[in-house]
Order: sequence, then C-alpha cells, then structure tokens
Amino acid sequence: MNRTLAYWLGLGWAGYLLLPWYVADGGFWSMTWLIEGGPLNPEHASAFTRGILFGNPWWLAPMGLALVAPMFALTRPKSDPLYANILIAAGAGGMVWLVAQGFTIGIDGWEFPPLRAIFDATELRQDGMGFGAAFMAMSFLFLFTQGLAARGLINGDVFVVGAIGFVIAVITVFIFFPVFRVLTSALQDRDGLYSISVFLSKIFDDRIWGFDCLYRIHDVDGVATGQFFSGVRCGVAWNSLLLGILTGVTSTLLGLAFALIAVRTRFRAKKLLRVLTVLPIITPPFVIGLAIILIFGRSGVFTAFMSDVFGVPQTRWIYGLTGVWFAQSLAFAPISFLVLVGVVEGVSPSMEEAAQTLRATPLQTFFTVSLPLMRPGLANAFLLGFIESLADFGNPMVLGGNYDVLSTDIFFAVIGARNDPGRAAVLAIVLLAFTLSAFAAQRLWLGKKSYVTVTGKGDSGVPVEIPGRIKALCFGTAIPWAAITVIIYVTILAGGFVELLGRDNTLTFRHYVDAFSITSGKFGLVFSGLAWDSFWTTIWIALTSAPLTAIIGLLTAYLIVRQNFAGKNAFEFGTMLSFAIPGTVIGISYILAFNVPPIELTGTAAILIISFIFRNMPVGVRAGIASMSQIDKSLDEASLTLGANSFTTMRKVILPLLRPAIIAALVFSFVRAMTALSAVIFLVSAKYDLATSFIIGRVENGDFGMSIAYSSVLILVMLVVILIFQLLVGERQLGRRKVGAKVGPQVEGLAG
Amino acid sequence: MTASNKAASVVFKGVSKVYGKTVRAVNDVSFTVEPGSLVTLLGPSGCGKTTTLRLVAGLEMATSGKIFIDGEDVSTAPATDRDVSMVFQSYALFPHMTVVENVAYGLTVSGTAKALAHEQAEQALAQIDLKGYGTRLPSELSGGQQQRVAVARALVLEPKVLLFDEPLSNLDAKLRRRVREDIRDLQQDLNLTTIYVTHDQEEALAVSDKIIVMRNAEIAQEGDPEALYERPYDKFVADFIGDANLVKGEIIKVDGDEAVVKIAGLERRMPSLGLKPGEADVAIRPISIHFGPQAAGPEAIAAKISKATYLGSHLEYRITTELGDLFVIDHDVKALVPENTEGSISLRDHGVALVRP
Repeated sequence: MNRTLAYWLGLGWAGYLLLPWYVADGGFWSMTWLIEGGPLNPEHASAFTRGILFGNPWWLAPMGLALVAPMFALTRPKSDPLYANILIAAGAGGMVWLVAQGFTIGIDGWEFPPLRAIFDATELRQDGMGFGAAFMAMSFLFLFTQGLAARGLINGDVFVVGAIGFVIAVITVFIFFPVFRVLTSALQDRDGLYSISVFLSKIFDDRIWGFDCLYRIHDVDGVATGQFFSGVRCGVAWNSLLLGILTGVTSTLLGLAFALIAVRTRFRAKKLLRVLTVLPIITPPFVIGLAIILIFGRSGVFTAFMSDVFGVPQTRWIYGLTGVWFAQSLAFAPISFLVLVGVVEGVSPSMEEAAQTLRATPLQTFFTVSLPLMRPGLANAFLLGFIESLADFGNPMVLGGNYDVLSTDIFFAVIGARNDPGRAAVLAIVLLAFTLSAFAAQRLWLGKKSYVTVTGKGDSGVPVEIPGRIKALCFGTAIPWAAITVIIYVTILAGGFVELLGRDNTLTFRHYVDAFSITSGKFGLVFSGLAWDSFWTTIWIALTSAPLTAIIGLLTAYLIVRQNFAGKNAFEFGTMLSFAIPGTVIGISYILAFNVPPIELTGTAAILIISFIFRNMPVGVRAGIASMSQIDKSLDEASLTLGANSFTTMRKVILPLLRPAIIAALVFSFVRAMTALSAVIFLVSAKYDLATSFIIGRVENGDFGMSIAYSSVLILVMLVVILIFQLLVGERQLGRRKVGAKVGPQVEGLAG
Repeated sequence: MTASNKAASVVFKGVSKVYGKTVRAVNDVSFTVEPGSLVTLLGPSGCGKTTTLRLVAGLEMATSGKIFIDGEDVSTAPATDRDVSMVFQSYALFPHMTVVENVAYGLTVSGTAKALAHEQAEQALAQIDLKGYGTRLPSELSGGQQQRVAVARALVLEPKVLLFDEPLSNLDAKLRRRVREDIRDLQQDLNLTTIYVTHDQEEALAVSDKIIVMRNAEIAQEGDPEALYERPYDKFVADFIGDANLVKGEIIKVDGDEAVVKIAGLERRMPSLGLKPGEADVAIRPISIHFGPQAAGPEAIAAKISKATYLGSHLEYRITTELGDLFVIDHDVKALVPENTEGSISLRDHGVALVRP
C-alpha cells in the first residue's frame, strides 16, 4: 500500500466525514465544534452528515465519490497507468466540484444573476468554508499531484510535484484570486452587473486623469474661459506618477552620491554608511513623515525657530507634494544606496585605468566610462524608488495634505462614509498598472542588461578615487542628507520624551506611561498601557507569519533553483509578482475577495498573517535563490544516489546548508511584518489591531507624542532582533571555508 | 567492503535522452556492461557520456529506450530506488557533515540504526587508510583524501553498480596515476560492476576492461583498450585514442578481410574493414614512423625534419613528406636528429590501419 497516498486520502476522508464544512460563528479557529457534538450537530456538520443526515445542503455530498475512487488505487503499483488516471481524475474532479459549488452558491444564494432568474431557490445559500473544506481541498490537490507524478512528471518525484502544486494553489488563492476580484469589481456597476462602458467611464474619470491643474475651462458669467494653473487639482494618477518620478530621481541621486563615497573615496566612516542601510528596514514607513512634521510643520521645531528669530510666518508649506517628496527621498535613498553600492563596485577599475592611459582626464573618464557603465544600475535604482514611492501609503497619509495620491485615495474610497469599493478597485487597477509596468521593465528589460565588468580574476586593478569635482558634489549632497537623517532620528527618539515637540518642550514620560504602563492590581501585573494590545498582537502575528513566510519562500526557491519543469519562468514570475503589487492594492483586494464566502477571512488574525506571508514571500524567495544557487547541485544528486528521497535530501542536505538564508528570511519577514502598514490598514479589526495602524490612528487624532514614543519602541525592538540574528549568523562557518550567501539586507523586498 | 556476489550487469537498449524538443543528449544508445567489469565512457566534452552515466544513476530519465540493471527494468525508477552509487566529479561531500556522517549517510537514510551505520562507516574509512579522520569536516581533508571519502561513501552501501564521473579531474597529475590504480584494484578486488566517465584517453586505456567511445550523443566504437588502439574503426576514434596521423592512401585490391593499401608508394596489408578499392583514409601512429638518413626507395618515402623537440622521456618530430606534415615520436632520446635533416621515413608493421571516414 502506498503510504503517502493513504495519508492524503485519509485527510480527505476526515474532512469529508468528520470536520465542519462551514466556518463556525466563532471563526475558523474556533474549536467549539469538538465539544458540541461534532459532525452530528447541524451547526457543525460535515459535508457528509449535511448531505446524508440533514439533507441540506445536498450538493456537498457528491464529493465523497472523488474520495472513493482513489481507494482502488491504494493497492495498485505506481507504474500502473490506471493508478495515475484514477488519481488525476479524482483529484481534478473533486477540486473542480469544490471550487465550482463555492463560487456559484454564495451567502445570498446563486452568485450569478442569470442563474437566479432560472432557479428560484431561496433555500440555496452557504457560509464560508471551514476545516472540512480546507482538508478536502488539500486532499484533492495532492491526489492530483500524485497522479501527475505517477505519470512521470518531473522524474516521477511525488514531493516535488506536490510542492509545485501547493505553491501554485496558494498563490492562486491568495494573490491571483484577490487581484482578479479587484478587476471584476471594477467591471461591476452599482447593481452588480458587468458593464464595460461603466468600467471605461470609471477608469477614465477626470478625478483620476484630469489636467485641471494645468489648464482649465470654466464658466465666467456665461462665457467659457480658459485659465492656466487655476489651483484646481489634477487627476490623482498624475499626482502619483509625478511623485514617483521625483522620488525615483532624488533617491537615486542621493543613493549614488553615497555609493560613490562608500566605494570610491577614502572616507573614514564607511561603516557608518552601512548603518544607514539598516534604517529603512527597521523604520515604519510613515515615521520619517512624522518627524518631518515635528520639525518643519506649522508648529515644528524649525518653523518655530525661524518664526521667533527671523519672523518668517508659520505656514503649512510642508504638507503636500513637497513634504511627501522630501520624506520619501529620505526614506528610500538608503534602498537605492544598497543597489548602487553593488553597481559601483561592479565597475572594473581596469576600464577606468584603460581610459586614463588613453589620455582621458579623470573627469572625462568618469563621464565617458564610469557613469555609462553604471547606467543599468541607475535605471534599476530609479525603478525601485518609483515603485516604492507609488506603493508608499504612510508618508502621503501623514504629510499629503490636499495632494491626493492613488494609494491613499484607495484607502479613503473604502473607509468611512464614501464606501465605494468600485472606485477603490478602479484606482487599484491604475496603481497596479503603474507598478507592474515598472516591475516588468525592471525584470524584462534591465534583467538582461548588465555591465558588471569585475570578474573573479584578481587583475582588475585598484579602484581609483573619483575626480575632485564629483567628490565635492557627492559630499555636498550626502552630508546635508546624513545630517537631516540624524536630526530626524534624534527627533524620533527625543520627541517621545517631551509634551509636544516644537510647541511645548517640557520633559515628560507621559507618552511612554500612557502607552506602555504596567500596573499591579488585584490580578497581578496588568498591561494597562494603551499600546500593549496592538504591540502584543503585532509581535505574535509577526512571529507566526515569519516562519511560514520563510518556509514557503524557501520551498519556492528550491523549486526554482533545483528543479526543472515546463513553465518554470512563468512560475518564478508569478511568485515574484506580489513584490510589485502595492500594499494598498493587496489590502483592498483582500477585502473584496475574503469578505464573503467561499473564503471568509476579514476581521480575523488569519487574514493579517496571510497578507504578510504573501507580501513578504519574495524576500524569502530571493534569499533562498541567492544562497541555494551557491550550493553545488551534485550534493543533492549524491544524496539521491545514496538512497535518500528528495524530501530527505532537502531536510538533511539543503536546509542545513541554507541556515543563513533561513535566518535572513525569518528576520526580514518578521521585521517587515512589524513595519507594514499599507496592506494591513485595510485588514485590521478592533480585535486585531497592529502597532502601525494604531500609530497612524493616533497621528490622525493629532497625538504625536505617543505616536513618536511608540515608533521609537518599535525601532528599538527591531534593532535588537536584527542584532541578535546578526550575531547568530556571524558564527556560522563550515570548516575552513565559508559556505552560504552573505546575509545582508534584501534590497528588493521593501515595497511599502 | 568485501568481494560481493552482487555484481550486476547493466544493459542499455536503444536509449535516447532528449532535452526540450530537439536537443538530443543521448541518441539511440545500446550497450552491455558485463557483471564485475569496468567500462569507460570516453569522449570529448558534450558527447553525452555524462548524461549516459546519469541515466544509469537515475538522475536523468530516458526519453525512450530501456535500461536494465541486473536484468531488472529500471527505466522509470528514480535515483533513490536504484541500487547504484556514484562518485561525483566534485566529490559532492556534504560540507556540514563530518567525514563519518558523510560515509554513513546512505545507510542512515535507508533506515540503518545510527550506531551501526557509524560503525560500518568507520570500518570503511579504515580500509581507505583514513582511520581517525571520521570527526573531521570534509573541508579539513586534502583533495586526495576527499576523493577517497567519496569512494568509501559510495561503496559502503555495497551497490550493484558503481559509477565514477571524471573522478580524477580535480587531482594533480602525479596523484592521478596512483588513484586510478587504486580504483582499478578496488574494483577488481570487490568484483564490482563499474562505469567510469572520462575525457582522458590515457586514463581510459589504463583502467578499463572495455571502452565505449562516444561522439555526438552516439557510440562511435566499443571494445577493449588494445582493440581500440590498434584497430580504430574510423578517423574520429583513431584520432581520439592516442594520436594518429591521418593520411590518404589507396586500396589496390581487397582480398577477403585483408586489403592491400598503397601509401605514397609503400604497400601494406591490413584489415579491409569491408572497404572497397579506391582512395581511403589511413591512420598511422606516431611511434609507427621511423626516420632514417637513407634515400627514398620502394620501402621509404622522402622526408625532411621540420621541427625537432626534446622532451626528456622521448623526442617529438614534425616531418614534412608528400603525405603531409607527420607527427612522430621517437624514444631513442640519445639520437636527436637536427632540424632540416633530409632523409626518408619507413612504416613499422603495427599501428598502421585503414579507417572509415
């Protein structure tokens, strides 16, 4: 008997016979059904008992047939064609039935209006799927993949085929399906009918694409009059695009200045520069904006100083494009620095030496040789900055003022009085189109272009200093930037200890007491501070999602690096795609997709965890690919020829060698889960609030003191986590040779 | 590790391996490896020899054709399920496991108790003179020691078939000779069916019972070392196994299996290979050409030394004749003939053979 098959089949039967098909009132994880009669309680009935005992709904029971057929395969040898055919047919059939019934019959009966017209059946309605459905779906999936493996797919490797099937299935459910839901709801009019014309009118709306800020025709005493720069706002898409381009350019230039200083000068404190690269990773995205308000806002420190000393009037000039641009440039420049350090290091000094022996001056060499060689890297940094800027939610939220951008507009379209998911969906499509184009450009166009000229050989010459004038320019931009960054972080740390920085600078511990007080009462210690709830929720959700992210990321990396199968490129592209989907789009898409059956998740902790897993998955994939490509493939093969199967090989050979990558993936998904805002702000609930959304709520109420105090605590916690892990990884060595990839910040996994 | 009675045969029947739709890495290959023999797959890089080896291991699956090990059809069995061990070119020792853990790996993953597996592994290490090295990491061993560990790791499972993928390529020249002798001794002591991949013809000649020469995904010729060297089937094999001067000759007449071949005025009898009278290719080994100061005649062809090189153990000449430039080796190192000496060459009896184009 085939043990693997028996296991998955058993799981399916358990799901069919015993486990509650629908999600319980207390939520998916509510286990009350265990003590409340199990499948015999109509409330918690399984697919089988519902169909046979209670007769409603009847359409679940037939799925049992798809579990009966594979029983006949159990005793057959794998090489028997019937074995494969039974499993493929049963798995696919069961899955199709399960999915189809879930989508055709929803909470209000038939999901599709035409069906509603034909069959009048008000009895037909169902809730979201629960344990039973989950178990059966898994069972069907793996029956199907075992059938494919028996057919000889991927050398007949059951584990690998199953893993590919699993990754495709979860990506489909948690990335493609929600994005698809965004598209469909953009196509729907107010009555839920699909209409292209409505879609077109919505997507070409003036509020999105209008040019009114440049030139506007309006009515003056009955005469149409044109007016330039009328002060009326432009379309929100143009706003986002403009901001993205500006931020992309400035963060790239700042990053380049720093990279040139780090690599091509004898600057002493290079290690300090590396510290800068950790900052954006451990800083929640809106904190920079928050600090800028405290410094340059209407009653900020700097504004107050200018007003007192020079009599400059206190204005709100920082709110709007200027402020957001400023904050984003500061926030994302370290990311482009990380990219560009590699690029500058990649320019072979021998090229520059060659140019100089051909009598080019240092300045000519820089502009004709060095800079052109960096061009693809610069474009890459720009695109990253562009994507980050478009995806950023926190800074526009805090500093945007009247300058609307797509990411915040999506939020305001669904939250509060307006509640117009259709409009949110349309905005999400526009935003997605922008970021996906940039992502595609980066992958397809830049992916093939690289002028990295340093090879492994040791004869590439000594890096030369950049010419004096360029150096002056670099220091000229980098030093003010570094100074502002230092001021900002000082502000963040100090701001928590005064009443309200700029307005009332009396020292106080009030904010920390309000947020993090622990009182001892009748019931022992009580975490009575306002922040504790969201703090602990954030910690446990981040801790839960980190290992899951690492597992699925590394599994995907293993499949990409180590296995060959048809459609692998599409597979890789699909898994990296979620990097290009802005958090706000994920947020709105999860609301649209998981608010109603068949999968109901909104308001649970699970939806937060799932959103983290799939938002951060590319980080794990990247880390895994980077270090797995360095492990010789013959190690796997040696293990296989020694009689281990591919699962054992992964467990005993690959995973131990991947420890640095695993730790990196764990740390980064933990930290990113702690700092994420854009997606989760849609998904948090009263019960499960997270630190970042709690802070944003405080900012909205003007409570800057506690926001800043809380932010500094978050930064400190993450700093400690990163340092601990760096220490752990630092000791990793195998004999005399070092094995495994350098564990450094993963540049490309930072989209807000 | 004692002589086993497990020695198994390996049979390929019309095996092809196609990557994608068009790339044929192995094309309709059939051969038999007798139980207990060492067969070498020899050929230039990209000829399909390593793919053939990986097909035996089960690391690649044949696109068509059948593979039998010990009479059993294993064509669809994955590597895990085949009773075959492989020594990799890079040795593929697991860097995170100690030497003894490496050697015991195959035993533990197939269910042997850890203590017993380690005991057997220690015994295996003792046999390859690495007793006491068990607790080291592979990176703390020299290249030659790593290679022996790799062999021990493969042998401790007492496989039916042992595979070597260019096992000597990471060793320095002096060590190679010793290690290849060790491998051959071990294989004969254990009476182990072994398939060995190399691109070095000298190595192949030294260790093999049988050599299979591959070219462009197909078998060019198979046979024992002597047959291959003395009776190469075509120009490719003649050139690949040992050096050969390929010259044009003329088959005057065919007499059963023998042909009379005229090479620039010299007549020789040699196996006809079924060729018809007319122009033909002849392969002449460098040691089969003798240069003398005498004038050309019925037994000699006019020649001039254009290049003479002293190499310590032997002399190498480049000699200009009407047959073209010939490469000649002479082991009489005391009698270097200066460049530009004129004279004639004669051909020895062996090492001159007709080859197919």
